[in-house]
Amino acid sequence: MESVSLDENGSGYFLHNLIIFGRVLRGLGLDVNPGRMIDLVQALDLIDINRREDFYHTTRSLLVHRLADIPLFDQAFELFWRKPVERWEALDLLSLVKKKQAEPLFIPPPLRQPEPAQVEGERDSSELSERTVIEVTKSYSDREVLRVKDFAELNAEEIESVRRLMQQLAIRLGVRRTRRVRPGNGHRIDLRRTLRTIYKHGGEVLVWARREPKYKPRPLVIIADISGSMERYTRLLLHFIYGLAHSLNQPVEAFVFSTRLTRITRQLKNRVIDRALGDVSQVVLDWAGGTRTGESLKDFNFIWGRRVLGRGAVVLIISDGWDRGDVDLLRREMDRLQRSCYRLIWLNPLLGSPVYEPLTRGMQTALPFTDDFLPVHNLASLEDLAGHLASLSRRR
Amino acid sequence: MPIKSIDDLVDSLRERLYIAERGLATSIYLAYKLGRPLFLEGEAGVGKTEVAKMMAEIFETELIRLQCYEGLDVHHAVYEWNYTRQMMNIRLMEARGDRISESELFSREFLLQRPLLQAIEKSHESQVVLLVDEIDRSDEEFEAFLLEILSDFQITIPEIGTIKADRPPFVITSNRTREVHDALKRRCLYFWIDYPSFEKEYEIVRAKVPNAPPKLARQITAFIQELRSVDLYKIPGVAETLDWTTALVALDQKCLDPAIVEETLGVILKYQDDIEKVASEQVRAILTRVEVREGN
Repeated sequence: MESVSLDENGSGYFLHNLIIFGRVLRGLGLDVNPGRMIDLVQALDLIDINRREDFYHTTRSLLVHRLADIPLFDQAFELFWRKPVERWEALDLLSLVKKKQAEPLFIPPPLRQPEPAQVEGERDSSELSERTVIEVTKSYSDREVLRVKDFAELNAEEIESVRRLMQQLAIRLGVRRTRRVRPGNGHRIDLRRTLRTIYKHGGEVLVWARREPKYKPRPLVIIADISGSMERYTRLLLHFIYGLAHSLNQPVEAFVFSTRLTRITRQLKNRVIDRALGDVSQVVLDWAGGTRTGESLKDFNFIWGRRVLGRGAVVLIISDGWDRGDVDLLRREMDRLQRSCYRLIWLNPLLGSPVYEPLTRGMQTALPFTDDFLPVHNLASLEDLAGHLASLSRRR
Repeated sequence: MPIKSIDDLVDSLRERLYIAERGLATSIYLAYKLGRPLFLEGEAGVGKTEVAKMMAEIFETELIRLQCYEGLDVHHAVYEWNYTRQMMNIRLMEARGDRISESELFSREFLLQRPLLQAIEKSHESQVVLLVDEIDRSDEEFEAFLLEILSDFQITIPEIGTIKADRPPFVITSNRTREVHDALKRRCLYFWIDYPSFEKEYEIVRAKVPNAPPKLARQITAFIQELRSVDLYKIPGVAETLDWTTALVALDQKCLDPAIVEETLGVILKYQDDIEKVASEQVRAILTRVEVREGN
């Protein structure tokens, strides 16, 4: 490896460059803060910075702490610390930053335009007050209508109201017994508290204080289908997932797939919903593509399963079951997924239609491996889902 | 024994049959020099725990190990009072018509030291290596608690007071079965231990199982390297390579053949699905590739 050459002007420039490098990394989304930079300067004192390999590993071990960031760091390092042989091209780094902030390759399906507002003529004030009264009742019945209206038939305005209603939907997940205990009436003796009372009463054991296990809500994992056939539901479902991720007080992991699986948990963390969904649209490269459920679930099982399915997780798959992939693979991966989670719930928007029977090949294959098969085509079904999730018993 | 430089550390590790890549050695060296905990991540069986053991050997000190699990709490990780002894003492004093004072009851005499407290107490005498193993198995509550310790290397016991460490000594490992919180990692030096290259792994096999015939060792290493590119639920680590080599040496094998590979697959593959997938055709295919590699 070639060595990092110090400028003739000495370490002043080097330090300057180091700080710029830190900024570049931060610009690329790495978690670099001034404290780390100070540590780095200290650390560089301890090694021979002319040995490029040591210099590289020192900066990496101090500035990177996520495996996923390593490739990005490597690229930035390569570009930033190479010898300026011919001509220093600062543009290269810029292009790296640009790449990160590129326009989304596909913007998620646009909303259906609101029906043009009826052009209402000028009305006099008496009529206006009358209308207000009517509107109040209308909005109530609206709500009832909205509850049962299929998501796919909503217009933009209605989507907005549904979104608001969704936010009011209180979803609680079933609980799981943890390995932690708290004071209570369980069958374990709490020696700590017992000792205190014994001490108070001069050595007599009057009551044995006890402990009981703590219960915690189960983690939730959502795997949503965003392929072409689901397009009409995608936007609302993303809102639904975002709502879940922010209202539940336990970890929610979210993934979307059509031809490949993308984890969107980090993107959803943004507190501004539009920005979060904007970030999602940037990382997902296969909006409204074909459906390869089997392959996507396999990715999930291999890469994420062991990491996010611990602690008795509940898995929600949201998909219509139209699948063009390998059926055997789908069967294998569904089987594995069901075995490795606490409960596997399949939500199907088509299930709301009275004539629908789960006959598509993919759905038929997956059905035997689901614990619950529920509709999610309208608000009422979401309310049912909320009730169902809260009632999940301790045993499957 | 103090470490003077990265090269020095690489040599010391090698003497102890730990073949470390330079990046890892750099991180260990910096962790030692800067007094920062070292956060090692990697798949199972790449030698994360081993690093702590080697460090303890190099510093000629005892390795204090805290194995994490779900529900691990302060009373198992830091300290606990010896309640039975305390109760006996209360009764004993009472029988004598006396009464033990509260400060006596909660004095060091009745304090049980758990690994974290042990490490902090020990750091006053000598360099300590503390291994917090498989942090990903613990829960968020414990992670938060550890964060507190990592930020100022001290522990507060309400009845006794605050105990501060002299030399913060830490190695934290994780298998990445779940994401450990960023705040925790941010306080450490981070290193991702990858699977070793063929040359490195061969060197490890030769060092750790010296009585393995070179040809067998080469074939085994090549086979495992090939196996890592197959879609498996659990990819074999270096630990599996070594187990397998030892097993085949015990069976007196001079080289790999399909029959023996199939019979001993259980040593390197730990899921029935994986074994079924690799069995028969795959084994032959991989062996052919291994032979081609040998030929070159």
